[in-house]
Amino acid sequence: MEDKATVSEFSNRDIDIIMRTENVTKVFPGIIALDGVNYNIYRGKINVLVGENGAGKSTLMKILAGNEQCTKGRIILEGEEIHINSPQDAMNYGISIIYQELDLCPNMSIAENIFLGREIVKRGIIENKIQQEHAYKLIHHLEQEMDPNTLVSELRIGAQQIVTIAKALSQDARILVMDEPTSALSTTEVEVLFRVIYELKERGITIIYISHKLDEVLHIGDNITVLRDGHIVAEEVVKNVNIEWVIEKMIGRKLERLFASKRHKIGKVLLQVEDLSLPRVGGGYIVNHVSFNLQEGEILGIYGLKGAGRSEMLECLMGANMLATGKIWLGDKEISNGTILDRIQAGLALVPEDRQRDGLVLTLSVADNMILASLEKYLNRFGLFLVSKKEKNAVHSFIKELSIKVSDPKSIVISLSGGNQQKVVLAKGLLTSPKVLMLDEPTRGIDVGAKHEVFEIMQNLAAQGYGILFVSSELKEILAMSDRILVMSKGKITGEFTKEMATEARLINASVNDK
Amino acid sequence: MREDTSTQKRRLPYFNKTDLLQLFLRGRVFLALIIVSAVFALLSPGFLSVTNIIIISKHVAINALLGIGMTFVILSGGIDLSVGSIVGLSAMIAGGLINEGIQMNTLGIILFPHTWMVIIITLIVGIIMGAINGLVITRFKVAPFIATLGMLYVARGLAGLRNNGYTFSNLVGKPEFGNTGFDRLGAGSFLGVNYSIWIMVVFALVAYFVSKRLPFGRHVYAIGGNRRTAELSGVRVNRTETIVYMISGFCSAMVGLIIASQLVAAHPATGEAFELTAIAAVVLGGTSLMGGRGSIGGTIIGAFVIGVLVDGLVVLGFSTFLQNVIKGIVIVGAIVIDQVQLRIQERIILQKQELNL
Repeated sequence: MEDKATVSEFSNRDIDIIMRTENVTKVFPGIIALDGVNYNIYRGKINVLVGENGAGKSTLMKILAGNEQCTKGRIILEGEEIHINSPQDAMNYGISIIYQELDLCPNMSIAENIFLGREIVKRGIIENKIQQEHAYKLIHHLEQEMDPNTLVSELRIGAQQIVTIAKALSQDARILVMDEPTSALSTTEVEVLFRVIYELKERGITIIYISHKLDEVLHIGDNITVLRDGHIVAEEVVKNVNIEWVIEKMIGRKLERLFASKRHKIGKVLLQVEDLSLPRVGGGYIVNHVSFNLQEGEILGIYGLKGAGRSEMLECLMGANMLATGKIWLGDKEISNGTILDRIQAGLALVPEDRQRDGLVLTLSVADNMILASLEKYLNRFGLFLVSKKEKNAVHSFIKELSIKVSDPKSIVISLSGGNQQKVVLAKGLLTSPKVLMLDEPTRGIDVGAKHEVFEIMQNLAAQGYGILFVSSELKEILAMSDRILVMSKGKITGEFTKEMATEARLINASVNDK
Repeated sequence: MREDTSTQKRRLPYFNKTDLLQLFLRGRVFLALIIVSAVFALLSPGFLSVTNIIIISKHVAINALLGIGMTFVILSGGIDLSVGSIVGLSAMIAGGLINEGIQMNTLGIILFPHTWMVIIITLIVGIIMGAINGLVITRFKVAPFIATLGMLYVARGLAGLRNNGYTFSNLVGKPEFGNTGFDRLGAGSFLGVNYSIWIMVVFALVAYFVSKRLPFGRHVYAIGGNRRTAELSGVRVNRTETIVYMISGFCSAMVGLIIASQLVAAHPATGEAFELTAIAAVVLGGTSLMGGRGSIGGTIIGAFVIGVLVDGLVVLGFSTFLQNVIKGIVIVGAIVIDQVQLRIQERIILQKQELNL
């Protein structure tokens, strides 16, 4: 409630709002991404939007850019309601977006990418020369030297970022959305980008700037809006706030009592990882010589920013990446060269970050998803065909144990809420009778009640002697749940903290460590 | 938790209506079959006589058998364009074995295998052709469309090479070689029903069981629905996919045998364009070309819809050209309805969630 007061107080101030959303709600199958969002965008300012992963920032931006349509609510531009049904519409209204994932065609040249969909034509024929000249000017303007005929696939990520900005500028945007523009940039490239942003602001362009890097956000922003679990929880002028305020708003205070606390005893080493590496195509490492171990009954938290290589590390452990090198022992058994199936049978289970992409088969039922990884357990005694009774018993016992809310296990899995979908993925992992459970952002995009349940399940499993690898971007979560915390940055482990030593500041510090 | 009884009461009538609509859409192929049969029965008395139904079923069996193999392929997210050519090649292999035997030049003898051996060898050839498809697709990461397009040419070419483009005719075998009786596969019947129909029934039942009750079947659905999830769940994706193409090759060889036997001759062009009718039957039966969604039962009904349609139009004296036009419209129409159903389903799920907001 107190948050609402902040918002209205703020709106009373005499500031020009160029665009706002009114009660915007977006529902995806299984997920409520945005819930009644009233977002104000101030004219000619750098409007910063922050929130944890999965808070709904990207969804909100996709709605403004016309890539998604809101389920409910209105968008008001200059006092008039508008309908943005396609990216083309958004462009016509002067709204341009630079996505987190670079949306360039790698097989085409810089100039072709910049003018994609808006080719400069004369009598139906593309004017290559003119496009190239324009492209050159745009890029030159950004203090970069690039040949507009270069293929995008030949550019470094930083340079590709510059091309996306040039592309947005070429669309005469009045509102420019930048979604994590610096996540792939080097320090010098970030400086160039900031100069470009200030210059754009000078020209009167309104900017929406989304980032995880809070110091960066406070440095560049004019206004700050905080999203949490699909709600706007705060809106302020940047000069009135500090990092602590932002973190507090992002995480929310109530989270404290979410965490189940149940002490469990920690046993012998269960999983040992030595020198695990995953080379990046084009040089460097995604996972950079990582070594650690995990004990029985231990919850080992792994913190880091997006792109730090945490998910990739789990995938390497699981055997999902052929290029990975290094040694892995589970108990006394070396599983470094095993296939995914070997590792599952040895006792590893992964609950992937993106449950809809990696964890579930959306065309199958709840029951079929749950038993997918452990089918061999439900065969008849000749090992030939599946016995429905065995399947049903397994499914029902886990529906009960994890209290999955589903009326009929045969119903299709996307009809469940996000939290229940997550529990289905969890059940799928547990049904393989693992020793080590790897949870990648298990609470992403699920509501507070379901989060609490997931934490409780984790504690129970640890008490039963499972080793748990717990990847999370949410500081409070990781601090409260973990017995020990590793911090990753750019593929490396940059910090290790015991529960007693770990603080938010220390974790954040280690997570931005470049060395 | 948030649901009190009053909101549930309000929801009830709404769901009854959509449930009915969904039921209607799900059973649409069966409904189509009933409507098509009824129309022809009205226009041409005797269309639904037992004799005629058996004749139609005999035609349908060919397409349904290919459709069964194709269903597995499409469920896994692939496509098999080579089935028609494998039909032709299998017919030629079987015909050659019966008329010419296996010539062993070094030993100076010609071996005439028993009819059962001919059938088994031919089926194995079909399985091998499918295995090659599967290996090219899984090991060399060639798109199924391309890999099986290649096989379409190769197998058809081999079928022609087997006898320099000539037909093996009069495939009755010789009593002194002990290889008679091949023609009975196509002509013989049990309880008044042609063998080919029985084969279809048996294949369909086995395939249904495999798809529903064997881990392999689940794996096929999972791969088609979400390859990555399947992989991360420990499904041996490559192996499963290869087997899927082997099944398709096996079904094609079976069809090759049946046709060769029915005609008592093997022609290298046997089965041309059969892959397309097989795909049509699968798709008409509600299996999504994207994979992961569909069923064997649907395919069988789909094959019957096409069979009834074609035979009915012939009975009514429609030209082949008009038949093709109607077939095309029916197939595309089925997919349009399929898409509509998907959208409605999605909307229902979203509405359920909104009600819970």
